[in-house]
Amino acid sequence: MTERGIPIPHAPGFIANKTPRIVTSRFDYEDSFTIARYEETGGYQGLRTALSRTPEAVHGEVRDASLLGRGGAGFPAGVKWGFCPPGVWPRYLVVNGDESEPGTYKDRLLMELDPHQLIEGCLIACYAIGLSQCFLYVRGEMAVAQERIAQALNEAYEAGYIGKNILGTEFSVDIVLHWGAGAYVVGEETALIESLEGNRGMPRLKPPYFPASIGLYGQPTIVNNVETLSNLPWILSNGFEAFKAIGTETSPGTRMVAVSGHVKRPGVYEIVNGTTTFRDLIYGETMCGGIRNDAALKAFVPGGGSAPWFTADQLDLPFEASQVGPEGSMLGSGAIMVMDETTDIPAAALTLTKFYAHESCGKCVPCREGGTWLEQIMRRIVNGSGTKRDLDLLIEVGETICPGDFPHASNKEKGLSAVPFPYKMTTICFVGPSAFAPVHSALTLFKEEFEAKVAGNSDRNYVEVTISA
Amino acid sequence: MTFFTEENLELAHEIIGRYPKQRSAMIPLLHLAQEQAGWVTEEAMKQIGGLIGTSSAEVLGTCSFYEMFKRHEVGRYVVNICTTMSCALMGAEELLEHAETRLGIKAGSTTSDGLFTLEGAECQAACTEAPCLQVNYRHKYRVTLSDFDHLIDELADPKNEGTPRHGVLAQIRQHIPTERSVGAMHPESVNAPPVWIEEQKEANS
Ligand SMILES: Cc1cc2nc3c(=O)[nH]c(=O)nc-3n(C[C@H](O)[C@H](O)[C@H](O)COP(=O)(O)O)c2cc1C
Ligand code: SF4
Ligand code: FES
Repeated sequence: MTERGIPIPHAPGFIANKTPRIVTSRFDYEDSFTIARYEETGGYQGLRTALSRTPEAVHGEVRDASLLGRGGAGFPAGVKWGFCPPGVWPRYLVVNGDESEPGTYKDRLLMELDPHQLIEGCLIACYAIGLSQCFLYVRGEMAVAQERIAQALNEAYEAGYIGKNILGTEFSVDIVLHWGAGAYVVGEETALIESLEGNRGMPRLKPPYFPASIGLYGQPTIVNNVETLSNLPWILSNGFEAFKAIGTETSPGTRMVAVSGHVKRPGVYEIVNGTTTFRDLIYGETMCGGIRNDAALKAFVPGGGSAPWFTADQLDLPFEASQVGPEGSMLGSGAIMVMDETTDIPAAALTLTKFYAHESCGKCVPCREGGTWLEQIMRRIVNGSGTKRDLDLLIEVGETICPGDFPHASNKEKGLSAVPFPYKMTTICFVGPSAFAPVHSALTLFKEEFEAKVAGNSDRNYVEVTISA
Repeated sequence: MTFFTEENLELAHEIIGRYPKQRSAMIPLLHLAQEQAGWVTEEAMKQIGGLIGTSSAEVLGTCSFYEMFKRHEVGRYVVNICTTMSCALMGAEELLEHAETRLGIKAGSTTSDGLFTLEGAECQAACTEAPCLQVNYRHKYRVTLSDFDHLIDELADPKNEGTPRHGVLAQIRQHIPTERSVGAMHPESVNAPPVWIEEQKEANS
C-alpha cells in the first residue's frame, strides 16, 4: 500500500507526498517563511555556491539543467537568459508573480510559504545574467503574499543577502517589491512590463517576441515565473545532474500542479515532471484518490483555463509537452480542473469564456468584440434561449479569433482524431483564443448537450450577419 | 492641494526613489492613496501626477484600467466571491446568491450602513479550496453558506479587528536601508555592465 499524501493545515490546499520535493521542501514547517528556518534548512547555500563561480558558469549550470519555464509557455530558462543582446545595458529581471490563470494555484503558495527561496532564486538569476536590478511583481489581490515577501526582503537586506556587496563579494543587486491592481492580462510578460512602467497593462505588439531584446524602459529584460526561479537554489546546491536525474530528459525536475473540481481530494501536488500521468494525479491513492462519489469522469482541463479539454481517453498521457501538444492541448500553468458526469458542460465552459471576455484589455478587435459575443451567445444557450443557429455562430465568431482548425483531443467514442496544439490567431496575445478554447472543446466533445439546450427554440427571428476574418 | 498625509508623502518619496523612472511608482502610489482614503479620490490622482511628473489624466488612465482601484466610496469590507470554473463547479453561484440575500444587495453594490461591498470575482489562485472568497483581498476557503453567515456576523461586530479595512493590503512594507541599497539609476545614465561582473570573474578565475 502506498502512503497517502498528508494535507498541511498552514498551507491550505497543499498535500505532501513522498515524491521528491524540490520547491516545497520547507512547506511542512509552520515557520517556513522566516529567515531563521530558511537558513537552518540549507537556505542561501545555492547563492554561496553561485558566488564562488563565474556568472557564465552559473548560467551554464542552469542551461544544462534544462529547467523549463513554469509560467505557461515552458521555454527553457537558461536559453532565454542568453537572448539579451550583447553590449546593451542596463538589463532587468522582472519576476512574474501575477498568478491568475483559472485553475492555477502554486506561485501564491511559493510566495507565502517560502519567500526566501524565491529571493535566493532571483539573486542567482541576476548573478548569472549580470543584472543589478530586479523587480518582483506580485498580483494585487494577494495581501498575504505581499506581506511575506516584504518581510523576507527586509530580513534579507538586513542579513546582507541583498543590496551592496552581497555576502562580502562585489556582487550587488537591489530587489524591489512591486504589486499589481487586478488585471489578468498583466500576467502576459509585455503587459507586465507596461504595468511596471506605470501604464495600462496592455500587451505589446510582437515582434520582438521576447522582452529579452526590448523590455522594461526599452532595455533587455528577462521575465521569469515564480516557480521557475524557486527551482534555482536547489539546482545550484545539488547540481544539474541531480536535477536531471528526476523526471525525463526533456522535462526534468518536478512541477507543482493544482487539481481542482470534482475530485475526492483537490489539492496542490509537487509531482515528478515528464513521467507522472493525468491518471496518477486524478486517480492515484496518494493524490486525488478519484472522482467524488466514485462518479465517472466527463472531462478535464489539463493546463489552465486556456487549454483545450481532455476526456478519459487522454488520462494516460504524462506531464510531457511533446506528448500533450500532438494530442491537442497544453500543460500550461499546471492546473487541472476536473468535471464529473453530473457537470453541465455548456455552463462550465461559460464560466471560462466569461472570464476571458471580462479580462480582454481591448487592444485587438477580435478579442474585445469576439470574446463578448462568445460570452453572450453562450449565456443564452445556457439559460435556454439559444437556437440551433447559435451553435454555428459560436464557431464562426471563434474563427475570427483563430482562423483554421482549432486544436482538440481525439475521442474514440465520437470518432474524433486529434488536431495538434497550437493554433493560428489574429490577436496580440492568448486572451482572445482562450475565450474560444473552452467553447470549442465543449462543442466538439459534447455537442449533444448544446443541442439539447437549444432544442425546440426557433431560428425564425434570426438576423443573418456575415463576419469575415 | 495636498492629499497625502505627511507620513504617507514621505513614504511616497521613498517608493518613487526605488524606481529607475518615477512613473513606475504609479500603481504603488495609487495603492497608498487607496489605503489612506479607502478609495482613490480626484485629489489623490492630482497629487500623484505631480509627484511622478505626469498629468492627473495620465494617472486616471492607468487607474481606470485596474479593477482593484475604486473611484468611488466602497464598503469597509469588500467581499469578492470567486465565480470562475473551479469555484463554479463547487457551488460558487449558490454562494453568491446566498450572499446577495444575506446582505440584501446585488453583487456590485454596497450595504446602506457602508460596511460591505459585494462583488462577483475572477479566479483567486485558491482553486483547490473552492468555493472561496476574499475579504479585502484576504482569502477564506471552502466557504459553506453557514460559514458565510458567520463571517458576516464576525465582520459586522464593531469589536472585530481581525481584518483591516478596504485599501490596506500588506501590513508590512518593504524598506531598503540606505546603506545597503545599490540605488536605482535612470536607464539613460547607465551604458555599461555592472562593475561587479568583471570583479567576480577575476575573483573566481
Ligand atoms: C494572457 C497571459 C497571462 C499570463 N499570466 C501569467 C502569470 O500569471 N504568471 C506567469 O508566470 N506567467 C504568465 N504568462 C506567461 C508569461 O507571459 C511568461 O511567458 C512567463 O512569465 C515567463 O516565465 P517562465 O519562462 O519562467 O515561465 C501569461 C501569458 C499570457 C499570454
Ligand atoms: S488578445 Fe485580448 S487581451 Fe490580448 S492584447 Fe488583444 S485585446 Fe488585449
Ligand atoms: S476558480 Fe476560484 S479560485 Fe480559482
